[in-house]
Amino acid sequence: MLGYIARRIVVAIPTILVIITVAFFMMRAAPGGPFDLERPMPEEVRQNVLAHFGLDRPLHEQYVDYLANLVQGDLGPSLKFRDKTVSDIISEGFPVSATIGGLSILLALFLGSLLGAIAALRQNKAGDFAVMGFAMAGITIPPFVMGPVLALVFGLYLGLVPTGGLDPRYGMTAERLILPVVTLALPQIAIISRLMRASMVEVLRSNYIRTAYAKGLAAPVVIFRHALRAAVLPLVSYLGPASAALVTGSIVIEQVFQLPGIGRQFVTAALQRDYTVVMGVVILYASLIITLNLIADLLYATLNPKVKFEK
Amino acid sequence: MINTSATNENTEAMESAAVQGRSLWDDARGRLFRNRAAVTSMGVIAFLILCVIVLPWVWPHSHETIYRDLVWISPTFENLHIFGTDAQGRDLFARTLVGLRMSLFVAAAATSVSLVIGVAWGATAGFIGGRVDQAMMRFVDIMYSLPFIFFVIILMVVFGRNIILIFLAIGAVEWLTMARIVRGQTIALKGMEFVEAAEAAGVSRFAIIRRHIVPNVLGPVVVYVTLTIPVVILAESFLSFLGLGVQEPDTSLGRLIAAGAQDMEVAPWTLIVPGLTMMLTLFCFNFIGDGLRDAIDPKDR
Repeated sequence: MLGYIARRIVVAIPTILVIITVAFFMMRAAPGGPFDLERPMPEEVRQNVLAHFGLDRPLHEQYVDYLANLVQGDLGPSLKFRDKTVSDIISEGFPVSATIGGLSILLALFLGSLLGAIAALRQNKAGDFAVMGFAMAGITIPPFVMGPVLALVFGLYLGLVPTGGLDPRYGMTAERLILPVVTLALPQIAIISRLMRASMVEVLRSNYIRTAYAKGLAAPVVIFRHALRAAVLPLVSYLGPASAALVTGSIVIEQVFQLPGIGRQFVTAALQRDYTVVMGVVILYASLIITLNLIADLLYATLNPKVKFEK
Repeated sequence: MINTSATNENTEAMESAAVQGRSLWDDARGRLFRNRAAVTSMGVIAFLILCVIVLPWVWPHSHETIYRDLVWISPTFENLHIFGTDAQGRDLFARTLVGLRMSLFVAAAATSVSLVIGVAWGATAGFIGGRVDQAMMRFVDIMYSLPFIFFVIILMVVFGRNIILIFLAIGAVEWLTMARIVRGQTIALKGMEFVEAAEAAGVSRFAIIRRHIVPNVLGPVVVYVTLTIPVVILAESFLSFLGLGVQEPDTSLGRLIAAGAQDMEVAPWTLIVPGLTMMLTLFCFNFIGDGLRDAIDPKDR
């Protein structure tokens, strides 16, 4: 298994390098630069600023420099926020995004597998149709519709939760987090419940479940000890794609609920040509997705006795 | 020479005989038309497409006309503002029509891009096999692990926001799964007995591809295409929502929803109308996709 992990990491390094390279040169190909303001500064000043950040040198030199700094863990200074480094900006935004993403995936796994299992146990009955109808709605309602609607209903009409996003003064309290987390989790709850239903239906038909019933075990014992264990396996392999979906989703959620997270910083930075911040966020998310995929694969292999670490 | 022509005659005879029987597609069509949700959805989509093409020409309000005195009118039959007006006093019904048309157009174009790349890539990898196959699929694996939405966002920022780029970018993201499906199917088909039998019977290579390979690859591809369309519509509106997609004076459902989300406290219909339109469209495509999958690949039922 250690060998397998080592090989995956060896593959991951060139992948990340490709990502860095593509993102680096794509950003630089963009028309305009970080210091092309609406009220232009004097050309002399502009040149000085460019020189200060090393942006006046040939592109390939900048690229090599960037990689050299990166290896030492230095993501460079932000070009837009004076006195802030990219690491500062990421460490401000990342806890918010990570909290919301982490809570969402936990909620989605719990509710999704619960609903999916219920639907499978009531296959082709009212409960099944209710859950699957809900799942279809969860998949088709985009989060940027669901978010505002939930905010409108629970925040404005019912007054149950405060509207207006996360205020740094109040911090991340439960009532401020609940709507973003639920909105982000809903599509994943839907997808996970469909996966869970399909796999549970198959497990319930299998011979060893029939054997378990035949030897007189009570239904809860069969379901919890035998069926559920086997049925959650496909969910584990979905964790990788789910983490990527959450990353994408969090960009919208942060926009909708005005959360000071990393996805919002990314969009703003891309529009303002804050090269270093864009690069920092891309690198962070790419490594995160690759790591989560690896963890999901390892977990799957550990839980599933049929999978062996070959090749 | 004589041999070849005999083979050709044989082939033609076989083909005309085969057409008489109940083909894979007849069965599939039968199953599809028994699925009420899928049939209804097809009707709704056909109706929506018709509306989107015809109604903008006959509707009394243009999506660009600004009625200065009629800002945020709630839905009313007066002056035929049946869905109300938006923050600039533009008719929301006309805007929703035009927005839906744009979303459907982007969906069709982006899906075609992903279809072409995916089928070409997957079929080549599957047909050639060996090292080429391994290299090509490893490339797909690497692409899978990229946070694609970031690249799309950077792309939109880099090259400005034009429509062609939007669907190229989205199509370039969505072809990976298509390539995997087509490759798997091609490899499986290459080893099938009926393909060998056709070869042994002297059917020409082109005829084998046309009669046996294409129809069998087509099934999963059609299903996946139908399921890609809603994904593409969502992706486009996601970009538009962030202000990176379609630009004024053009509009799309995503843009309308983004505007509606800002005004929802004073004018909830500006969110509800495009939101419901999008949901209806996505619902229908998903039902059609599920129905097609059940019809073409009945073993999953």
